[in-house]
Amino acid sequence: MTHSVKQYIAWRCAQELKSGIVNLGIGIPTLVADYLSRGSVTIHSENGILGVGPEPSPEEFDIDLVNAGKQPITVLPHTSYFDSSLSFAMMRGGHLDATVIGALQVSEKGDIASWAIPGKDILGVGGAMDLAIGAKRVIAAMTHLTPKGDPKILPQCTYPLTAKKRVDTIVTEHAVFKFYQEKLWLVELNDDVSFEKLKEMTPASYEIAKDLKRVQGRHTFIG
Amino acid sequence: MNTEVEKNIATNVQFLSAGEAIKKIPERATIMVGGFGITGIPQFLLEALIDETDVQDLTIISNNINKDTNLYPLFKQNRIKKAIGTYFTTNKEVVQAHREGRIEIELLPQGSFSEAIRLGGSGIPAFYTPTSAGTDLAINKETRIFNGREHVLEYSLFADVSLIKAYKADKAGNLIYRKSARNFNPIMAMAADLTIVEVEEIVEIGELNPESIVTPFAFVDIVVQKGEM
Repeated sequence: MTHSVKQYIAWRCAQELKSGIVNLGIGIPTLVADYLSRGSVTIHSENGILGVGPEPSPEEFDIDLVNAGKQPITVLPHTSYFDSSLSFAMMRGGHLDATVIGALQVSEKGDIASWAIPGKDILGVGGAMDLAIGAKRVIAAMTHLTPKGDPKILPQCTYPLTAKKRVDTIVTEHAVFKFYQEKLWLVELNDDVSFEKLKEMTPASYEIAKDLKRVQGRHTFIG
Repeated sequence: MNTEVEKNIATNVQFLSAGEAIKKIPERATIMVGGFGITGIPQFLLEALIDETDVQDLTIISNNINKDTNLYPLFKQNRIKKAIGTYFTTNKEVVQAHREGRIEIELLPQGSFSEAIRLGGSGIPAFYTPTSAGTDLAINKETRIFNGREHVLEYSLFADVSLIKAYKADKAGNLIYRKSARNFNPIMAMAADLTIVEVEEIVEIGELNPESIVTPFAFVDIVVQKGEM
């Protein structure tokens, strides 16, 4: 996966987020922050911060101020701190407008698998399940295929689930899908991929939205 | 304000050295340890636990076992029998120890973990949550439908001892925290028979704004000034 692919997916996710409160997961979702209008979009971090600011300069670094990825951050004038239980109450209680989660697989029913691989030790889950269950919108950010070329948008997830029927939007480097009316819809396709090629890479059944957008691909994207 | 009353203010919170405080931890104790990664972890109390006691067979309730914290040497000395938390995959030695059966691990989603602690300290023994419904973490757990949605029964957590990191305590035992070092500390302070707090600074009663106190002294048993072994 090249740098530009990740950046493009992150940028495209940011276009979905114009206002409100959002939680960004680890991996590609972390990059979304670079493309958000911070201020009109407030970033929540599950370790107890509402209003995450940009990365600190070396002089500003404070060991007591990290995000959920344990990276140093700064805060903004409207920031608040709270304990972990209140932080997850915000999530589970439906007070976050959206979350962007890195996904391993998404099914045509909106199931998401993002935390474990079959046959490996299942010893780390963090906040992924609570986020997927609680946020008003779950945006799955992922490359269209695995590094081995296997599809990730499937009739059914084969990896352990994070949550059932919770994904709202899928953003890959080739396409954007949305779930509505109990179905998966292709709403945007980059012009570097044909409909046939997309079908080949996407075993899940999906409909093509009437107002489908053909857009210029990542090669022309300006972040 | 009645100055006679003010002069008489005293609470049952004890102010001890780390060595004195840590000796109250019983053998085979279940211990909650605050902190998220290296932030907000009671490093000084853990150092005292390692150096000043030889308690074994501990059950540690903490988000993870980070290599840069004093939970790591405690693990390396094989003194942790069981760990309850949310994220153990980043420490490969813990993963290896689990494979070899040297450490038992109970994994919970972080929101269920934190709520189990908050409710453990609030006198509520169990709760239903939508988180993990239909996933591998709900296997063998009771479920129930509320409002058409599946929920999982989780049991609350309560410990013999909680080791807490706060920023300041006043001489009554009220606590405030600093920035994201708060994390699990205030809820863990509620959820143990014995709550021991490590602080950067102890201030006079009245110096903390009552509107800003995060942990009232009712949840605190012992305060240790960091640096006083």
